[in-house]
Amino acid sequence: MPQKKKITAVVRSQAKLAEGIHDMWLVTELAREAKPGQFVGVYPLDQSKLLPRPISICEVNKEKTALRLVYRVAGEGTAEFSCWQPGQVVKVLGVLGNGYPVEEAQGKCVALLGGGIGVPPLLETAKALACGNLSQVHTFLGYRNADAFLEEDFARYSTLHIATEDGSMGTKGNVLDALRESGLYPDVIMACGPMPMLRAVKQYAEWEGIEAYISLEERMACGVGACLGCVVKTKEVDPHSHVHNARICTDGPVFNAKEVKI
Amino acid sequence: MNTSVTIAGVTFQNPVMTASGTFGSGMEYGEFVNLNRLGAVVTKGVANVPWPGNPTPRVAETYGGMLNAIGLQNPGIDVFIERDIPFLKQYDTKIIVNVCGKTVEDYCEVVDKLADQPVDMLEINVSCPNVKEGAIAFGQKADALFDITQEIKKHAAQPVIMKLSPNVTDITEMAKAAEAAGADAISLINTITGMKIDVHRRQFALANKTGGLSGPAIKPVAVRMVYQAAQAVNIPIIGMGGIATAEDALEFILAGATAVSVGAMNFVNPYTTVEVVDGIEEYMRRYQVEDICELIGAVK
Repeated sequence: MPQKKKITAVVRSQAKLAEGIHDMWLVTELAREAKPGQFVGVYPLDQSKLLPRPISICEVNKEKTALRLVYRVAGEGTAEFSCWQPGQVVKVLGVLGNGYPVEEAQGKCVALLGGGIGVPPLLETAKALACGNLSQVHTFLGYRNADAFLEEDFARYSTLHIATEDGSMGTKGNVLDALRESGLYPDVIMACGPMPMLRAVKQYAEWEGIEAYISLEERMACGVGACLGCVVKTKEVDPHSHVHNARICTDGPVFNAKEVKI
Repeated sequence: MNTSVTIAGVTFQNPVMTASGTFGSGMEYGEFVNLNRLGAVVTKGVANVPWPGNPTPRVAETYGGMLNAIGLQNPGIDVFIERDIPFLKQYDTKIIVNVCGKTVEDYCEVVDKLADQPVDMLEINVSCPNVKEGAIAFGQKADALFDITQEIKKHAAQPVIMKLSPNVTDITEMAKAAEAAGADAISLINTITGMKIDVHRRQFALANKTGGLSGPAIKPVAVRMVYQAAQAVNIPIIGMGGIATAEDALEFILAGATAVSVGAMNFVNPYTTVEVVDGIEEYMRRYQVEDICELIGAVK
């Protein structure tokens, strides 16, 4: 495991992708070690806001040692991020958490299911799976409406399916509706999205007997496993506190869906 | 130049410690800081049996601080003795084990099990605001604090620090009760009970509704209480509450603390502890302070 650090990073670009969804590239040496499904903690410059914001890694450019973060403006901290201009020096903590098991999935048929702001971490995952050349990668992205984002990026690395709640684009419904409609029966599912979607994915995968990995989110303080803020109930006793509480930041954020109670 | 301080016969290489619950048992932050540089690691609270803690969300950010309601999730003393103490023994730092419980018997069971363990001191948590039974019940009434302190002292093989709650009318009464019952030292402050409401969702930010406020926002309250306690008792004080820099730490020391702990700021800047150690040394050089003990309670 590479050592975690808190270091400076420089904003390389900033763009708005959809309503409330922003796209920022950060030049940081953390890119050297970053893997699909991991996250970083990004610090607001406003010192009244102390804690790092956990943001998933959307894309990694090892050559340019840069990380792409596609994030939703959820409060004042992320609102500040969206105002950062190229050249801005910021602080980041990382690389945090464990990613998706892409190596184990090589050669298999993989369905990536992303809902809303759960879409971004699947992009680097799709890239990593696609570069193995042996996998069949299908992406199912769910949005509220046609104000979609990143769909063109996914089309470069995978077979793309889209679902919208209002039916204005792709399948009317959610990502599972789109998966069912496609007739695809994947070997592995990798998912990220809102909790109701992840619950449905877990249930679907268990019913169909498909291996599924889901990425969870929770309010966290330290991001490194010390504060015990971001726990999720688990089937087995956890190794840290022996109480069926895994730490999302260090034991996750990606879990085998069978192992967590959500 | 001397940076070492002594509390109840235990000498610490410097006065910088970690506040219980913000540093685990050092494993997570060992990746960021050299644990050999710390005066002591004060561990996350440990009970007689594993505690699952509270439902999530357990943390929420506030202006210049944060609320937590973890609920003392811990693996219980048996796992702790097998895993955490041997880990910490690899380092040249003192070990202070924070003990929590629901009844006096729970506390004493943990204290008994630690009696033959290579730990330097015990810190008794009678001030966690996030668990319903025990803990805070002993920390908000002077007579209850006196009784539990006296009982724990009967069982303890190591010197005992009583960790005090700021959620009281008069901190000096609590400090005096701990001292009168035989406590070897006191530490303060634990977190201040607070609440945050998410106006958009119209619900509490924490599942527990209330939580403990920590971080720089509480520092002036903590410095004031350390000063008041230092005027009231003769036993050493470990001061904490929002320490982010060496200057913050020195405020506590000048107010009367013999040692200090870095808490919530570990989450913000994982290098805080060592930066505070370096900063204190720099301050001593700058003002030609030969012995850190000259600074303890120097502001009257």
